[in-house]
Amino acid sequence: MTEPPLISFRGVARHYGEGGGLIRALAGVDLTISRGEFIAIMGPSGSGKSTAMNIIGCLDRSTAGVYRFNGVDVTGLTRDQRALLRRNYLGFVFQGYNLLARTTAIENVELPLIYRGMGRRERRERAVHALHRVGLAGREHHTPAELSGGQQQRVAIARAIVTDPLVLLADEPTGNLDTSRSREIMQLLTQLNLEQGITVVMVTHEADMAAFAARTIRFVDGRIDADTRREAA
Amino acid sequence: MLWEAVKLAFQSIRRNAMRSVLTLLGIVIGVAAVIAMVTIGSGTSQKVQDNLAKLGSNMLILRPGQSTFGPGGATEARAFDERTVSALRSNLTGVRALAPTAQKNAKVVFGALNYDTTVTGTDSSYFAAQDWSFREGRPFSDSEIRSGGSVCVIGSTIVSELFGTLDPLGSRLRVGSFACDVIGVLDSKGQSAFGTDQDNTVLMPLRTFHRRIAGNTRIGSISISVAERNDIPRVQAETEAVLREVRRVGNGEEDDFTVRDMTQIANTMAMTSTLLTGLLGAVAAVSLLVGGIGIMNIMLVSVTERTREIGIRLAIGALERQVLSQFLVESIVLALFGGIIGIMIGLALAGAASILMDVPFAADIRVIALAFVVSAAIGVVFGYFPARRAARLDPIEALRHE
Ligand SMILES: Nc1ncnc2c1ncn2[C@@H]1O[C@H](COP(=O)(O)OP(=O)(O)O)[C@@H](O)[C@H]1O
Ligand SMILES: [Mg+2]
Repeated sequence: MTEPPLISFRGVARHYGEGGGLIRALAGVDLTISRGEFIAIMGPSGSGKSTAMNIIGCLDRSTAGVYRFNGVDVTGLTRDQRALLRRNYLGFVFQGYNLLARTTAIENVELPLIYRGMGRRERRERAVHALHRVGLAGREHHTPAELSGGQQQRVAIARAIVTDPLVLLADEPTGNLDTSRSREIMQLLTQLNLEQGITVVMVTHEADMAAFAARTIRFVDGRIDADTRREAA
Repeated sequence: MLWEAVKLAFQSIRRNAMRSVLTLLGIVIGVAAVIAMVTIGSGTSQKVQDNLAKLGSNMLILRPGQSTFGPGGATEARAFDERTVSALRSNLTGVRALAPTAQKNAKVVFGALNYDTTVTGTDSSYFAAQDWSFREGRPFSDSEIRSGGSVCVIGSTIVSELFGTLDPLGSRLRVGSFACDVIGVLDSKGQSAFGTDQDNTVLMPLRTFHRRIAGNTRIGSISISVAERNDIPRVQAETEAVLREVRRVGNGEEDDFTVRDMTQIANTMAMTSTLLTGLLGAVAAVSLLVGGIGIMNIMLVSVTERTREIGIRLAIGALERQVLSQFLVESIVLALFGGIIGIMIGLALAGAASILMDVPFAADIRVIALAFVVSAAIGVVFGYFPARRAARLDPIEALRHE
């Protein structure tokens, strides 16, 4: 018996509005992502990239089609069941970092562990470790306002990986950063992908950044236009 | 998890200190008002009851005429006389003491000092009827009562006003144009329920009073102390029957006298005071409602302001009830905080009022506990709607919120 693919879309569609104003943000997408992949999603603005990410991340539900996560049909799950999936298997990194303001780096990173009901001491330990992994040792007690954009995004990545998720979902993680900061973030994601075996799915506009990924999926008008794998280097 | 929520609540309250304080104001004022009202109110009714207790226990007061409520409000009517007193003495049972009294305001003089007081003619049973005890000296002897001796017993106000540090016993006190020997000094009773100084009094045998002070033989009122509290209605009814007989009030005719049950009046006054307290407390409780609405308002603002934060929490896996409890705990902590401050301010106000109004400070732990519980309940009730709104937010939309 073969292991089911980590992420599997079968005819997944997401519509907004109705009648004449109907928007097909996703217009029937078939997609399979296996464990350990590093994927870049590209495509013009409005092509459905974020919509696809939100569905993969169980933040949103498809209008039609079947989404299986690790073999489980996610379509019919309740709000809380999806929250549990996110809590246990998924990590999110956003373009705007989305850290809690006036909250220290370590408290931000601890947050998902609190909802898991983990004890204080273990939480601290894991948060410190996660911050180490993203290269922020010594910045534990800085608040977002005291950190640069690149550092804030590292805190966000630490928060996403502190729970040892199966998948790291990053929607334009370098959108607010300059090129060299962006490269550092890419290197970090690559490292997490290679060393931790975390599956990384990332949306980006820049070919430079997409080049870090082993596979690039191109969206156009809510459909997959191209799905290319980089030749092993 | 609960502890985390409480910690989080404190964090969030601290971070919005100014707003939190303004929110609390409603609860603080409401709780402070209720606590102050109830505490002052029960202090007042305690004082009323204490004062009425000093009037004497199980007292019936007989006066001529149909009177309106309050002391000395009797309309002109035939006074009582010796015959009335002896008829009552021989017909009533279950009576601890029965004392006829006649009163007149007069100036009393000792040495170079004088003082306006009430002079009362009575007999020795008066002291028992009215629960007076002696600081020194003695009541009138039977022979003094029979012969109308020139003796008097004085209250502590007379002592302090006229005698100062001198020993009044054996001194001669001038009452109008008549002089009497002071044979006794009464213990202090303080103010009456009606605000008069009960210690400003000079007492002498009834016969002495009639001859030397009043110039007539009228008896203004009769005090009866009933032995058993339960017996009061019976004694009152019998008293009325005797009086109707002696004063020849015909069948169907209205009584030309009044028999007042002071115990009942005391209860009525205490009840009125309690009722008033409750009423004021209820008015104050309305401000609690206003405080609750204030909390709801600020929690709604807080939820809106923190939409993105809620989005983050939901995205990283917070369950609906975890977000709900976070905001619920926050509003409970806010409300309790306000409640505690309100309790302290309310008690301080009541303490100040008890000094100013000279009533006992009647802080009641049950009232305080209730205020505490009500504060928490306000937090739950008025925090629930905003908290539910937070918990039901759509994570994607919340994350997009500016
Ligand atoms: N909540 C929404 N309501 C209506 N339309 C939406 C909503 N979210 C996205 N869309 C529409 O869906 C399409 C895809 O959006 P999105 O997935 O965000 O694109 P991308 O991330 O590729 O820029 C766009 O046309 C967008 O306007
Ligand atoms: Mg997008």
